[in-house]
Amino acid sequence: MPLSYVLVLAALLFSIGVYGVLARQHAVLVLLSIELMLNAVNINLIAFSAWLQDTGVPGQVFALFIIAVAAAEVGVGLALVILIYRNRRNVDVEGLSLMKW
Amino acid sequence: MTLDSYVPILFLIVLSTLFAVASIWVSSRIGPRAPTPAKLTPYESGIVPEGGIEKQRFPVKFYLVAMLFIIFDIETVFLYPWAVAYDNLKLFGLIEMGVFIAILLAAYVYVWRRGGLEWVD
Amino acid sequence: MEFEAPAVQLGAIGPEIALVTTALLLLIVDAFIPEGEERWYLAVLATIGFGVAIILAANQWGERELQLARMVAVDNFATFVKTSVAVFAVLTVWLSRDYLKRSEDEESEFYALLLFAAAGMMLMASAADLIMVFLALEIFSISLYVLVGFRRRSLASQESAMKYFLLGAFSSAFFLMGIALVYGATGTTNFYPGGGGEGIAGYLVSSAASDVDLLVLGVGLLIVGLGFKIAAVPFHMWTPDAYQGAPSPITGFMAAGTKFAAVATMLRLFVVVLYPLRADWRPILIAVAIATMLLGSVLAVIQEDVKRLLAYSSIAHAGFVLTGLIAANDRGLSGSLFYLATYGLTVLGAFAVVTVLAGRKERNVTLASYRGLFYERPLLAGALTLFMLSLAGVPLTSGFVGKFLVFGAAIQAGYWWLAVIGMLASVIATFFYLRVLVVMYMQEDDRGLQPAITGRLANSVVGLTAAATLVLGIVWGPLIDLAERATVFFA
Repeated sequence: MPLSYVLVLAALLFSIGVYGVLARQHAVLVLLSIELMLNAVNINLIAFSAWLQDTGVPGQVFALFIIAVAAAEVGVGLALVILIYRNRRNVDVEGLSLMKW
Repeated sequence: MTLDSYVPILFLIVLSTLFAVASIWVSSRIGPRAPTPAKLTPYESGIVPEGGIEKQRFPVKFYLVAMLFIIFDIETVFLYPWAVAYDNLKLFGLIEMGVFIAILLAAYVYVWRRGGLEWVD
Repeated sequence: MEFEAPAVQLGAIGPEIALVTTALLLLIVDAFIPEGEERWYLAVLATIGFGVAIILAANQWGERELQLARMVAVDNFATFVKTSVAVFAVLTVWLSRDYLKRSEDEESEFYALLLFAAAGMMLMASAADLIMVFLALEIFSISLYVLVGFRRRSLASQESAMKYFLLGAFSSAFFLMGIALVYGATGTTNFYPGGGGEGIAGYLVSSAASDVDLLVLGVGLLIVGLGFKIAAVPFHMWTPDAYQGAPSPITGFMAAGTKFAAVATMLRLFVVVLYPLRADWRPILIAVAIATMLLGSVLAVIQEDVKRLLAYSSIAHAGFVLTGLIAANDRGLSGSLFYLATYGLTVLGAFAVVTVLAGRKERNVTLASYRGLFYERPLLAGALTLFMLSLAGVPLTSGFVGKFLVFGAAIQAGYWWLAVIGMLASVIATFFYLRVLVVMYMQEDDRGLQPAITGRLANSVVGLTAAATLVLGIVWGPLIDLAERATVFFA
């Protein structure tokens, strides 16, 4: 399978993630879209890693680090969502407008 | 890399901008517009959820335990490369992993003492 | 697959280990002490941790090595940044102690997160591998997301934490995509050649200049991620909101520390490693720098909230320091280091004054509430005057020397027009700094603004930073000398 197929898949996933971040209103869905972007990066890294063969170990290790860090980010993100929900009863990103300019 | 090689990118930017503007304009002119509450729900399946499950809230402690689980669970990904390279790393790897587990243990003690694992309030 | 286990050289990250150990200790010790006790020992323990870190970092001065599987650079550059960040953090700890005193928010987590954030910033400065850069970036970012939302009763604090978090994670994804592309293009994430690999720097020297398209695309995405952290336009959207909603001591630390750590990585990455590619990254950074300087200065003029005003000022300063980076010469490197070290102390001082006046409830943060401050609290008003003059770049303050150095470097590199735009932006910026002074001195108020915090620690932070701002503006030689010696890279 040519490398370019996988790269196109990753690029598509990444773009869908970007669209999701910009278009969704619910904070959890924005978080999900960001996860999609991170997974696109993981696919890219693994693809490059397989393509580079001998020198490809950093790519695989990096993907593991991204998975771990993404979990930490999700932990913090969900904690913030719960905190805000307790006070506001909704977590629409549009509603976060206490401060402007 | 000279400026010439940016020309295709410029072309692409112009083309994509035109396409985006055109498609938004066309859909705003010919698309029917009937927003309903169902379309604005988070999952946007178009079907209004029934049975009241969405009205019943899970207690927050479920989320707390779920979050703790995610964080501690994912840490095991670092055990995989260690297991693969165990024969090469020998004692060094064992000590490193011991340090890693000790740090996780510190986090566990912290969570436990702060009441993160208490189920009954 | 055969490979050797890397040599254990934990001394290379000694300062970071000291901080992380202290943080873990804080969390565990505090978990075993019953609630309701006076928690003075938290700040003491944190201070000791930073003290040890400063000693360990200073001990590395003069070394030039790549350690821990060539992922960590131990050099004067890293040492300079690490020591500065630790000093910023100690001042923040003292300020936070008086800010949090006897409140429900005074918990071990606050100091532990501060220690983790500082450890991440330090690691960032010595990272010699893109994996390390990413890890360091996330360590301090995640800590700061939580710290920004630490005022649990305040909706504004939670909202700013949410915005900072979502946009921060968004930019991290772009940064990661950039790393993936750079890795795909060069086959390595390591910066420097050696140890069986050629590194990104070696790749650029050895490869033909024609097949770097993928690399350039990756570098562009790296600029997005790092530009977000230093609050450069157009990646600055989060800055005013996060700065306004965060606890004031944390805002000061974010302005001082985050900027220093991220710019340090940019200096190492762009000026040293990607130097052969400068024809590609320079135009992007020039556009970013011009937009940052002008937009930051112009939007600051219309702010009514002091914390937002300082946020826009911090955006403008990101643009000023970028001119030193764009120059990409020795003077630019040492100038940027000097600029960020002095800017950090000044902005910490400014936020210390804001903290003292606003207190834990974050009241009196509008410009109007500073009316007649000079007649109520001449010393505080005097210190704030000094900070404002330094941020504006008036001679006899450290801010002037920093601006002089980075603009001088830009002129030396042939970018005199960039320096002219920078000076123009400084003139616009002077307007709103003077506005603060006018409010304090020229307008009288009978409400009698009283400081919300009267602790000795907070006052000493104001005093120390004010002294540093003044002294470094008059006797700048030694620090410039240190900054110049810090720019001896491993390359």
